[in-house]
Amino acid sequence: MTGTALPEALAEIRDEFLELDEPERLQLLLEYSNELPEVPSRYDEHPELRERVAECQSPVYIILDLEEDGRVSMHATAPREAPTTRGFASILVQGITGLTPDEVLGIPDDFPQSIGLTRAVSPLRIAGMTGMLLRAKRQVRAKLAA
Amino acid sequence: MTVEFDTSSPKFAEYSEPGRLVTGAWLEERLGTPGLVVVESDEDVLLYETGHIPGAVKVDWHTELNDPVVRDYVDGPGFAELLSRKGISRDDTVVIYGDKNNWWAAYALWVFSLFGHEDVRLLDGGRDKWIAEGRPITTEASTSTPTQYPVVERDDRELRAYREDVLAHLGNPLIDVRSPEEYDGSRTSAPAYPEEGALRAGHIPTAKSVPWARAVAEDGGFKSRSELDAIYRSDVGLQDGDAIVAYCRIGERSSHTWFVLRHLLGFENVRNYDGSWTEWGSAVRVPIATGAEPGELPSRR
Repeated sequence: MTGTALPEALAEIRDEFLELDEPERLQLLLEYSNELPEVPSRYDEHPELRERVAECQSPVYIILDLEEDGRVSMHATAPREAPTTRGFASILVQGITGLTPDEVLGIPDDFPQSIGLTRAVSPLRIAGMTGMLLRAKRQVRAKLAA
Repeated sequence: MTVEFDTSSPKFAEYSEPGRLVTGAWLEERLGTPGLVVVESDEDVLLYETGHIPGAVKVDWHTELNDPVVRDYVDGPGFAELLSRKGISRDDTVVIYGDKNNWWAAYALWVFSLFGHEDVRLLDGGRDKWIAEGRPITTEASTSTPTQYPVVERDDRELRAYREDVLAHLGNPLIDVRSPEEYDGSRTSAPAYPEEGALRAGHIPTAKSVPWARAVAEDGGFKSRSELDAIYRSDVGLQDGDAIVAYCRIGERSSHTWFVLRHLLGFENVRNYDGSWTEWGSAVRVPIATGAEPGELPSRR
């Protein structure tokens, strides 16, 4: 069930980055950062659902949920002063929301290294996005097991 | 010195080198002055793009000050290329500011100093204080005219310590500026920071724990001379003439302390050990102490 096929939405995001020169990739990451959706207010009363992403240097929290149609939704918060991390979160939120659980679990773990940002952003910073992805997948696994 | 020093602050006047700092008011009045270049250096590689001081250029520590392959800083030609591209001349006054109370700004200042760039100063309180004071921020791209920065070989001897230097230095004052949890060995990276590959936890034996943030005042700027003397001279016991080495995890927080000791308190022999815990904590057979106490001076072997 868990092959490693990159879902279309994430493949499109990856291609969007790879088509650009490095400085423009940073600009695109900033656009993603600005587009990070607000976490729906229904989660306000459930702080326990928020998982801190310890791999990120800034306080980043993610919530993975299964909707009634069986598809995954992902939400994240990250401070405005950490636009790089916000951008990473936004990419994953936009690329993961709407996928089936199997599709999420099939996302290659090295997706963050494949979007052409490693050199522009630095490997250390990319590690934060990997942490976010692995935690997202773990949360989906936990939801399926529940 | 191309641009006059900021003499407006009674706080600065007490430091051993008052000219190493500028206030927001001083800087705002002088934006655009020929011979003055403002540099932003942050932890987050995109923060500059979300808004920066008008005319400021960005210098990123990961992607621009570090060598991309070897764990080292750029070399003379690399630094010359970088500064030429940023529009900085050798005799320009450079004012650096950044996030996190100027961690990365102090780090950039230290690297500039390795190349002997003479007039490099910090904006007291950094990015946050500038914004808190309601001073101008723009997302408009800065245009800089490329310069011909000369190729100057980096001189690490005075300001930088390597692992061998630290081993030879044992018995002299060492300042560990990391968090108490990193110092006592309960973890290898700062709380809320990712584990960055140190295999062992603890501190260099005899190092005293003085977290970098003790030098920071409530407004985000540096504490006053008398407050800093109380910490580093009275509490820690540093004395004029001491040879001092400061370290942290990768050398950025210790650049902040290095700046305090060297430029604000006037200790002449202060080196930053940038290999810091990510090197020491993974090196084979170097002495390590755990717990809240500095520990004994290890016997040579």
